[in-house]
Amino acid sequence: MGSFVYSILGDPFVQMWQMPDFFIQVIWEGFVSGVLYALIALGFVLIFKASGIFNFAQGIMVVFSGLTLVGLHALGVPAFIALFTTLGVMYALAFGVERLVLRNLVNQPDIILFMATIGLTNILIGGGQWIFGSETKSMITTELLIPTGSSVWEPNGGLVIFQHIDIAAAIIAALLIVSLALFFSKTKIGRALRAVADDHQASLSVGISLNQIWVITWFAAGIVALVAGIMWGARSDVSFSLQIIALKALPVLVLGGFTSVPGAIVGGLIIGIGEKLFEIYWGPLLGSGVEGWFAYVIALVFLVFRPQGLFGEKIIERV
Amino acid sequence: MFKKLITGALSAAIAFGASYTVVHADDELYIPMLSYRTGPFGGNGTPFANGFHDYLAMLNTRDGGIGGAKLVMEECETAYNAQKGVECYEATKGKGALVYNPLSTGITLQLIPKSPVDKIPVLQMGYGLSAAAMGETFPWTFAYPTSYWSQMSSILKYIDMNGGLKGKKIGFIYLDVGYGREPIPLLEQLAPEMGFELAMFPVAGKEMQAQSAQWLNVRKERPDWMIMWGWGAMNATAVKEAAKTRYPLDRFIGNWWSGAHADLVPVGEAGKGYIAANFSGIGTDFPALQDVIKHVVDAGKSQADPSTVGNVLYNRGLYNAVLVSEAIRAAQKLTGKTKIDGTDMRLGLENFVLDQARLAEIGLPGFTGDVKGDCKDHEGAGGVFMQQWNGSDWEKITDPISPMTDVVQPLLAAAAEAYKADKPEWKGQTCG
Repeated sequence: MGSFVYSILGDPFVQMWQMPDFFIQVIWEGFVSGVLYALIALGFVLIFKASGIFNFAQGIMVVFSGLTLVGLHALGVPAFIALFTTLGVMYALAFGVERLVLRNLVNQPDIILFMATIGLTNILIGGGQWIFGSETKSMITTELLIPTGSSVWEPNGGLVIFQHIDIAAAIIAALLIVSLALFFSKTKIGRALRAVADDHQASLSVGISLNQIWVITWFAAGIVALVAGIMWGARSDVSFSLQIIALKALPVLVLGGFTSVPGAIVGGLIIGIGEKLFEIYWGPLLGSGVEGWFAYVIALVFLVFRPQGLFGEKIIERV
Repeated sequence: MFKKLITGALSAAIAFGASYTVVHADDELYIPMLSYRTGPFGGNGTPFANGFHDYLAMLNTRDGGIGGAKLVMEECETAYNAQKGVECYEATKGKGALVYNPLSTGITLQLIPKSPVDKIPVLQMGYGLSAAAMGETFPWTFAYPTSYWSQMSSILKYIDMNGGLKGKKIGFIYLDVGYGREPIPLLEQLAPEMGFELAMFPVAGKEMQAQSAQWLNVRKERPDWMIMWGWGAMNATAVKEAAKTRYPLDRFIGNWWSGAHADLVPVGEAGKGYIAANFSGIGTDFPALQDVIKHVVDAGKSQADPSTVGNVLYNRGLYNAVLVSEAIRAAQKLTGKTKIDGTDMRLGLENFVLDQARLAEIGLPGFTGDVKGDCKDHEGAGGVFMQQWNGSDWEKITDPISPMTDVVQPLLAAAAEAYKADKPEWKGQTCG
């Protein structure tokens, strides 16, 4: 019994103390994972805030944008022109979704809109495979001037490796989040978007175009998806299995709240670092492979105390 | 009235649909292809399906089929999903299917109990249930040229030849599905017997492209060698993560589903040194491959990108088709029939001979090791060779390494017994 308690409450901390360089590496890897989870969660939050839709297609949007970028470059389009063309494709997608799906489903129950995004997912999967093929593709990392290689820190003879791509991911994600925050708070469209998020009908009554806001929101989610696609693609590769990564964002949303941008970021970091720490230091007690479900444990523990998520809005519905 | 009409029409349509089956002509042999060109594993399933299809299509064009019978291939998309695989099986078995090649251990496990009932053999070429190598217990399942357990023993033998196994720590990173878990019982059995320590690193499907935790654990555990049972995007990510954590890649060995061009081309120079097992030839420098290019690829009858012809998975699919075609020939010869059925095909799979002379005859000299169909031995216990990634292509670095048959056979026999232990109705066969 004593050894069991020690293995839970003692040994992991002893390991952290004895191998501080490895502990720092774990925290760093968790931080980077958290940033990337936050990027995907951000896409969900943007659309949920503006339209109340849980966008099932966010994962495939990450893949589709990444494939478009890589595919255009493979056709000989220079990297940065391909990047801006991909942005154009994501705008066209947002416009198409609004025109062909959302506009026709106004005032339908949320579940109908959710089902529509499942349909959109399958269209993007099928279309993506038809256009780009199903092979795994390399992200055009160096062409986009994203640094590769690594830096090494050797504290007291230890070893901590920082991949430059990870550092770039953290910086780019931070810039994106700051840009989005400024866009929402300082621009007219951003304020309109927040108004729509608060109350659709009140927004309509003061002349805000719901359709225009939806296009902008889906486009913003498309930009976030593209950035996530580039960063995930640079770390691993661009393939259709990347869409499953979106599942990793679900506990982030549960934890951070479906309507909060800061929630997506803080939630992402808590999940990213928490799951890595648990997997490495406590995982062996449970046979490893605990990372996948432990994220939900963290989220549920937080939910016990804050059912609306860390930063989610407290919904009070009067009878 | 209208409602009745609609109901009646629907009932008739359902009844017709249920009973309707395409019966192929006497000069046709029907081979269903349970392939996957979509889904998370489509990138690997596609070249395999192309190689399989193109070889049989070449036989149709060049030779008019096999023994005067045209080969009819019908693809059914499984997306590497066991449920869809079974749906494909049910939808095609009534059309005169000769043999199933599921290219998925998950689907294979579902089909093994069905094959004796429907009398259609399953050829799990180098994957599936290892115990199916025991022909007396599994008369309808075949694992040529070798099972996962035999292959694992060949990999362990390679490690033993390069510094020894005793006292070493072997890390096993695997896709956490039926396929990846398949060799674990063997490893657990062999670790104490051969004196090595085992550390396991499962990768869930949704973490295929997010393996940093697994590789942090690798860094923590410091295994002397790493073995991988990966598939799809998991492979490239694992090699990248290994390079990132500075794990020596020449001590990282993938199985034959973790060593394709599709896996390492995206990794490029960073993957230099990584080793993988293989049992089929690489490249197009074989007369049969040239015929495939001439009669099928260049003729526009293939779905393959011409640049992928000759790649590892394309040639693996082609090799699968060679086994099928050789078994068909053997069955035709033994039965004297042109149009054979599943039962005849089973006979063919137990009696074909694919030795070096025959390989040369069919235009694949030195393409693979000898394989011989057998009633008792349904895997052939063929060896695997090791290939190494040089930064841009695979290079063969060893001759075929035969499996530790003496060690693996008793374990396979025990596993086969365990499989049928809770199936009182299970019927085996007695081989002379």
